[in-house]
Amino acid sequence: MASRSVEIIVGVFVALGLAALFVLAMKVSNLSTLQRGQGYEVTAYFNNVGGLKERAPVSASGVTIGRVVGITYDPKTFMAKVTMEIQQQYDQFPVDTSASIYTSGLLGEQYIALAPGAETETLADGSSIHQTQSAVVLEELISQFLYDQAQGG
Amino acid sequence: MGLLDPVAGLGRSGIGFFQRLGRAHLFLLGVSRGLGEALRRFRLTVQQIHSVGVLTFVITVVAGLFVGMVLGLQGYYTLVDFGAEESLGVLVALSLVRELGPVVAALLFAGRAGSALTAEIGLMKATEQLSALEMMAVDPFRRVLAPRLFAGVLSMPLLAALFSAVGVAGGYFVANGLLGVDAGAFWSQMQSSVDFFDDVMNGVIKSLVFGTVVTWIALFEGYDCVPTSEGVGRATTRTVVHASLAVLGLDFVLTALMFGN
Repeated sequence: MASRSVEIIVGVFVALGLAALFVLAMKVSNLSTLQRGQGYEVTAYFNNVGGLKERAPVSASGVTIGRVVGITYDPKTFMAKVTMEIQQQYDQFPVDTSASIYTSGLLGEQYIALAPGAETETLADGSSIHQTQSAVVLEELISQFLYDQAQGG
Repeated sequence: MGLLDPVAGLGRSGIGFFQRLGRAHLFLLGVSRGLGEALRRFRLTVQQIHSVGVLTFVITVVAGLFVGMVLGLQGYYTLVDFGAEESLGVLVALSLVRELGPVVAALLFAGRAGSALTAEIGLMKATEQLSALEMMAVDPFRRVLAPRLFAGVLSMPLLAALFSAVGVAGGYFVANGLLGVDAGAFWSQMQSSVDFFDDVMNGVIKSLVFGTVVTWIALFEGYDCVPTSEGVGRATTRTVVHASLAVLGLDFVLTALMFGN
């Protein structure tokens, strides 16, 4: 049966192609770590977000627990409003948790680090973080340094 | 009279070009009408997936492996100067998934399967098999051409995905086995930078477009060729040239649309 063997070979080919697509989805791309809509959203206001981008990781103690889902500018407070989605299993953060923007490595991407506070009440969907620390802008640091040098000398 | 000859020649070639373009679009319309039939009689399409896709499989996989390995080597030599060799995975995966996978697989597809399709259809025309089918009230668009187009459109994304996956594996072997890049950093940085919808799915959409265009050009060149052995040969050459140029040009347009912002 020539046509049957052709069908079997085509079946194997299609299966291999789909397997390759599956590998690309699970192993190469972020689909395995991306759980959209599986968490709760928290907002935070920053004076300066620096180079923070959407989909940047949100971490606590270095472990990624969520993603930044939106960065907008609030014209009323003149601050950047960052919306982040935190996975549902990490819903024990106190309301006085603080958020800081750090850079991974010298030239790496920027991410948000959460440091838990001490209150008993916990963050829930829609609540906002009040204690924030903005991204460090290199130019500001340098000018601060030069200013201090001039003052001292 | 003699003064206007070059102008007339220009006009003639212009008219010829647009007539051909019109014929190509009417041809595509005719083939699309037969797609329902190709879906109903799926066996015909399976046969064609075998000759179009499966027979292109080996060259695609081998090419993907080597392209991935070369990307790994070249990327490493550049990145190591900046101490950023951990980003090698990102470089290899993004360039394969976004660009090289769809494009190089489509170029190989045009060379391997496209030329074969043109020669096949052209010979069918030259030996009047297509006319014979029409005489027997069998529509060659439905019976012969539509299953081939359908097979091309289905095979291309699978081949491109295989190319990318094998390429990433090749890049990993070079990076981890040959150059000693840390495996954990290689995969984790890749996963955090490659987005499934923005990168992988856009690559799939690209390869669907390329598959349609390459198969369309190949079938049309065969169907429209001068029915002599010389005409079939020329049509085959034109298929490879036009399909490759179309793939490269369309790739620029699609990239600008997809990754523009």
